[in-house]
Amino acid sequence: MEGGFGSDSGGSGGGKLDPGLIMEQVKVQIAVANAQELLQRMTDKCFRKCIGKPGGSLDNSEQKCIAMCMDRYMDAWNTVSRAYNSRLQRERANM
Amino acid sequence: MDSSSSSSAVGLGAVDPQLQHFIEVETQKQRFQQLVHQMTELCWEKCMDKPGPKLDSRAEACFVNCVERFIDTSQFILNRLEQTQKSKPVFSESLSD
Repeated sequence: MEGGFGSDSGGSGGGKLDPGLIMEQVKVQIAVANAQELLQRMTDKCFRKCIGKPGGSLDNSEQKCIAMCMDRYMDAWNTVSRAYNSRLQRERANM
Repeated sequence: MDSSSSSSAVGLGAVDPQLQHFIEVETQKQRFQQLVHQMTELCWEKCMDKPGPKLDSRAEACFVNCVERFIDTSQFILNRLEQTQKSKPVFSESLSD
């Protein structure tokens, strides 16, 4: 993992933890956690919308539904993110 | 990565200000992200019927309204709780009941 984040810490035996490296690693972990969260909720919602009585496999219509559902969920997520951001900025402007 | 702390620059009780700032910023960002996750989930239930080839304008408007009303609800609850707490405290302030 050493050379991946462009930091200077290296193995020079200085004994200091490079804050830059820590911050980069934390950012990666946060991004991964967010992706997992998104995936988990998306799976839940799309399962509910697309799968009726569970059969022996996912048929074509179910797969098409899931694919569309995924895209719509991302659209929804982006719309919500933008709307929330706008609202926050409006609140700050009014303070 | 050598993590011996014998020559660490961090003293007892003092945190690297750069890290401190980073933590504050990332915490704030995470609060935002969490709320987006939560509202997307809630508003999906209210605004989405059958997933189509694209998000139509009615559904999009519904999501926007949903976010606004959710924030309104949250503020309403905080305000009203603050008011009713003044006259009739709901949460006991003493540790022992």
